[in-house]
Amino acid sequence: MKQFIIFVQKEFFHIFRDRKSLLIIILMPIVQIILFGFALTNEIKDSNIVILDNSKDVATTEIIQRLEASRYFNVARYLHIEGDLETAFKTGTIRLAIVFQPGFRESLLHSNHAQVQLIADATDPNTATTVTNYASNIIRDYQTDLNNLVQTPYMITPQLRMLYNPQLKGAYNFVPGVMAMILILISAMMTSVAIVREKEINTMEVLLVSPLKPLLFILSKAIPYMFLSLVNVSTILIVSVTLLEVPINGSLALLMAEALLFIAAAVSLGLMISNVTDSQQTALMLSLMGLLLPTLLLGGFMFPIESMPWPLRIASNLVPSKWFFIIIKNVMIKGLGFTMVWKETLVLFTMAVFFLGISLSKFKIRLA
Amino acid sequence: MNSVTIEHIVKKYGAKKEQVTALNDISFEVAKGELFGVIGPDGAGKTSLFRILTTLLLADSGTAMVDGFDVVKQYKNIRNRVGYMPGKFSLYQDLSVEENLRFFATIFNSSIKENYELIRDIYVQIEPFKDRRAGKLSGGMKQKLALCCALIHRPSVLFLDEPTTGVDAVSRKEFWEMLKALKLQGISILVSTPYMDEAGLCDRVALIQSGKIMSIDSPKNITQKFTKTMWAVSSAEMYRLLNDLQQYNNTEKCYAFGEFHHLVLKNDNEGKDEIMIYLLYLSHHEIELKTVQPNIEDCFIELMSKSNHQQ
Repeated sequence: MKQFIIFVQKEFFHIFRDRKSLLIIILMPIVQIILFGFALTNEIKDSNIVILDNSKDVATTEIIQRLEASRYFNVARYLHIEGDLETAFKTGTIRLAIVFQPGFRESLLHSNHAQVQLIADATDPNTATTVTNYASNIIRDYQTDLNNLVQTPYMITPQLRMLYNPQLKGAYNFVPGVMAMILILISAMMTSVAIVREKEINTMEVLLVSPLKPLLFILSKAIPYMFLSLVNVSTILIVSVTLLEVPINGSLALLMAEALLFIAAAVSLGLMISNVTDSQQTALMLSLMGLLLPTLLLGGFMFPIESMPWPLRIASNLVPSKWFFIIIKNVMIKGLGFTMVWKETLVLFTMAVFFLGISLSKFKIRLA
Repeated sequence: MNSVTIEHIVKKYGAKKEQVTALNDISFEVAKGELFGVIGPDGAGKTSLFRILTTLLLADSGTAMVDGFDVVKQYKNIRNRVGYMPGKFSLYQDLSVEENLRFFATIFNSSIKENYELIRDIYVQIEPFKDRRAGKLSGGMKQKLALCCALIHRPSVLFLDEPTTGVDAVSRKEFWEMLKALKLQGISILVSTPYMDEAGLCDRVALIQSGKIMSIDSPKNITQKFTKTMWAVSSAEMYRLLNDLQQYNNTEKCYAFGEFHHLVLKNDNEGKDEIMIYLLYLSHHEIELKTVQPNIEDCFIELMSKSNHQQ
């Protein structure tokens, strides 16, 4: 027991005396949450558009006004001849062009049919789809308002309700995502680096020629970083609740327990990495490429897993972050209890035990 | 009972095609309470040997016992009772002197208090800096601290792999005095070093070269086996002197050695007069010529050229 206490104490000395790293570990989650919350967003605002109005009547003016009044669009230029369209797109700053047919209002009122053309720059397909949708909606709104004046007999009005996230805040999605990312980074990377450092500065040689048992060594390395990771979970939660107004709808105790489980799995992964490498740099690269990248790509919070081809869907099941992401979303955002996430919890638990077992059995009791 | 018994140890590195033999059929014994030196140049196999004895490496063949335990089967017993100081400095640079010592004491299920007597003479020298980080100590002080850490659990056998490499002359001398004091406490000590001049400080030494032991004996006996006369020569032009002596038809061997050149003749019947005539003929001046007692390094060079001839 004394061995264990002094070893853990030593690890904390290492952590606290390396001020720069400590600062990065403490501040990284806060910075990431704030970045994702306020700067990096996939909403599209203030897109530059050009308008070619061949009609210039009351109806087109009204539509243009509505477009400009919305926060999505900003009319950059009015064009006069068709040929200018291509030049406008070639500048690269224009996302959308709106072209009204000549005699727009006339034909709308008399033949009940008018055409407006939306031309989008589809080099970025997602943005193109989004801006054309926004524009179509605004035009449709105008049409609905017109229809209110003259009653149409049949009409379907969809009523939308956004469950769990009525304001459609991105934060509801990325807070659990950033949590998974930070925990994988801190727990796995720091643990593997901490063990490999002992190999690099040769203290491992002395520790091996000592009565210290491998399990004790591994536990004493893991526990300080598990503690640090819990501190990170707390700061992420505090920042999300206070700054981003993301609620914790489920039980906080369950949330923390699940986080601890995920941390244990991540730390075991770090231990596995430290078994196969002898230099801190390799450990770092392995953690980044082998853990962070799958977390980002297959964790489910950046790219929806449902729309991936089946090999990737299957591969994503091997990524612990995916399961953690589901659990946290269910508990934190939807407020579900343990009975609804026990399957995912079991998967994580099995992973943690499996990884820990491997790293223990592969622990090198000799140098080569 | 011997502290260390090694029989026919062979260690090879690398894949079959480009295999390097680090240790080639090594056998020797170290008695209890002996200060045993393993002397050889870099790459001779000293570190491999020490790692096998401290259970860190497995030999390809042969057996070794440390303090009565087999290094393979009973490695746990050995790890409980030996002290090991690896060649490369290995303390925690960001922990203070005292924290390092307390950590290693506790890891070995001991405490500073329990064995303070053993390290006192060494530790008092670094105690004024006990709150300083180990990384900020000078080379000599680091070695002293590492020795304290290796000793703090009162090991029965102490393995020191090149403890004096990169340490200044004064600290080296102090270090060897500490080892002699430790020997009096009944601790067997195996120490490796590339410095031939340190061999004379050991009870017995093994001269090792390219994984083979060339000679094992007390330093005195090793030098006494050197039967020929060893000449030390100097003149005003040392470089030309070396070339000329190597051209001399009665020269067996001549090499630079400090401020003199050491010279061994093929035929010991010739002597001072013949050498003087030869050198004066080549118009050397300020010639100094005397016989000297051969030291371990001379013997090492002699043994090395013999084993090269055999190959």
